[in-house]
Amino acid sequence: MSPKTADVILETHRLSRHFGGLRAVDQVSFQVRQGEILGLIGPNGAGKTTVFNLISGFLKPTAGTIHFQGRPIHGLRPNAIARLGIGRTFQIVKPFSDLTVRENVLAGLGHDLYPTLRALREHYLRPDAVRRADRILEVVGLSEYADVRAGTLPIGLLRRLEIARALALEPVLLLLDESAAGLTHHEVEALGALVRGLRDQGITILLVEHNMRFAMGLCDRIIVLNQGRILAEGPPEAIQRNPKVIEAYLGHSGRVAHR
Amino acid sequence: MGYLVSVMTFASIWAVLALSLNILTGYAGQVSLGHAAFFGIGAYTSALLAVKAGWSFWPAFVAAVLVTGICGALLGLPSLRVRHDFLVLATMGVNFVVVAVFKYVDFFGGALGIVGLQKPQIFGWTLRGWGFLALAVAYLLLTLWVSDYVRRTWAGLAFATVREDEDAAEAMGVSVPRFKIYAFAISAALAGGAGSLYAHFLGSIFPDHFAFVESIGIMSMVVFGGLGTLRGPVVGAFVLKILPEYLRVVGDYRYTLYGGVLVLMMLFQPQGILGDNSWLWKRLQALYARWRPGPQPRPTSRALSAANPGDDPAPASRSGRVNPGERTHESENS
Repeated sequence: MSPKTADVILETHRLSRHFGGLRAVDQVSFQVRQGEILGLIGPNGAGKTTVFNLISGFLKPTAGTIHFQGRPIHGLRPNAIARLGIGRTFQIVKPFSDLTVRENVLAGLGHDLYPTLRALREHYLRPDAVRRADRILEVVGLSEYADVRAGTLPIGLLRRLEIARALALEPVLLLLDESAAGLTHHEVEALGALVRGLRDQGITILLVEHNMRFAMGLCDRIIVLNQGRILAEGPPEAIQRNPKVIEAYLGHSGRVAHR
Repeated sequence: MGYLVSVMTFASIWAVLALSLNILTGYAGQVSLGHAAFFGIGAYTSALLAVKAGWSFWPAFVAAVLVTGICGALLGLPSLRVRHDFLVLATMGVNFVVVAVFKYVDFFGGALGIVGLQKPQIFGWTLRGWGFLALAVAYLLLTLWVSDYVRRTWAGLAFATVREDEDAAEAMGVSVPRFKIYAFAISAALAGGAGSLYAHFLGSIFPDHFAFVESIGIMSMVVFGGLGTLRGPVVGAFVLKILPEYLRVVGDYRYTLYGGVLVLMMLFQPQGILGDNSWLWKRLQALYARWRPGPQPRPTSRALSAANPGDDPAPASRSGRVNPGERTHESENS
């Protein structure tokens, strides 16, 4: 694949978010290209999740712009951004605990009905909606838990449920916030396969990741954030060799990085 | 006999109030301690139209439902800015303001209230006694139907997402403000109808009928029976409305009973006596399963949960719905 010729679907321009005196995100400009898996990495407090919250509308930028498929989305409410086709997961999982796993996914399938009055008339447990929900549960491997109350699932399955719900939005762009956190080695591998599969279906993926090996193996391109600014950008191999990145992660003794 | 009919009529009206509060608090998770305000707005709308404009009961009833629904949407607006504990305080404030308006604005009859309301008529026949009870029960059945219908719609699912996690709801494309307003409007409209029935049943209304203590009473009925279910608020209203009428001891301490019920339920059975995971409801289901021949019964519990509610342990979140404090930090640390 040749990312250079691919279309840009999301673009941030000098995006900033300050919390009091702290510049959590400081003039960050980058592009997400159609069909790629782009990784956003960086040490703790680098501003990764803040970037996610800015894109998905949970935070308003202090300055700068975000364009999705050519239209400005900064200033839109999160629900409007979700309906445009940007699905997101939460690092701290937020299941609808009292609903079943299937209903959690159905909640996302209603996205284009919620602004209409049909939402007040139409029942949600319709055969076609249930079928679509079950197909999504199959994709993420949660079929056998469809009727279980979401609040009873362990963390590994909840992370998959987060992805399933986001897929119910039929997203063009999927934002994954540390989906590998807290997973076993086996689960991380399954997650990698799932993410690749989604990309192959045409969904563009932007992920925040702490798990270095996972991010390096999965992403086409990586952006490294440090103290709210972009430190480096490029393919995983180049990032791994980049002395600035090694320093940011490990301090001055870069030797450890060769392990 | 007349006394029993009268008590049953009041119980039916309060069952509607409990069910309507259940839509706001049980479905959408918005804890309100000002529900009597909507009850009062419906009663005053209907009474004023009847006394000052000479409307008959039926159009006045419809107007009460519509006006209260609109007031619900408007009074719901401030709630968009506050969550949890602060919402409780805001709704309490609304209740006090509404009662003060009834009491101190002459147009609303002041402390002397509004008197001289006629009983409804149908085909020249005046509804009193059993006839009025039938009307109240018919409205209760309509409210039950609305409650059940709403729960099964996409809006009902959206209410549940707002109740469970507002951020995740937004991420699913649910406009949290829009659905909070919907919940306030539907809840208020149903309570407004109850107010209209109440006004025409009594023939006269006074501001104190809709005071804050009544809001506590309605909430205690919902919580006692089982928040979020259909059976709970109805059973809660009938038990807590009828008990004080027949037990002298309890009757003198009616509001102590309501407050006490709230505290005890929160401590020992937050899902209510007939909630999906309550001790009593599980026993009843077990009895039913033994008595009924053939395969396992379909869960008769909330349609939102397709799982057999008897099987899984009560998640902590169920109690969190009525305990506003518990949710605050959950959503704040994101």
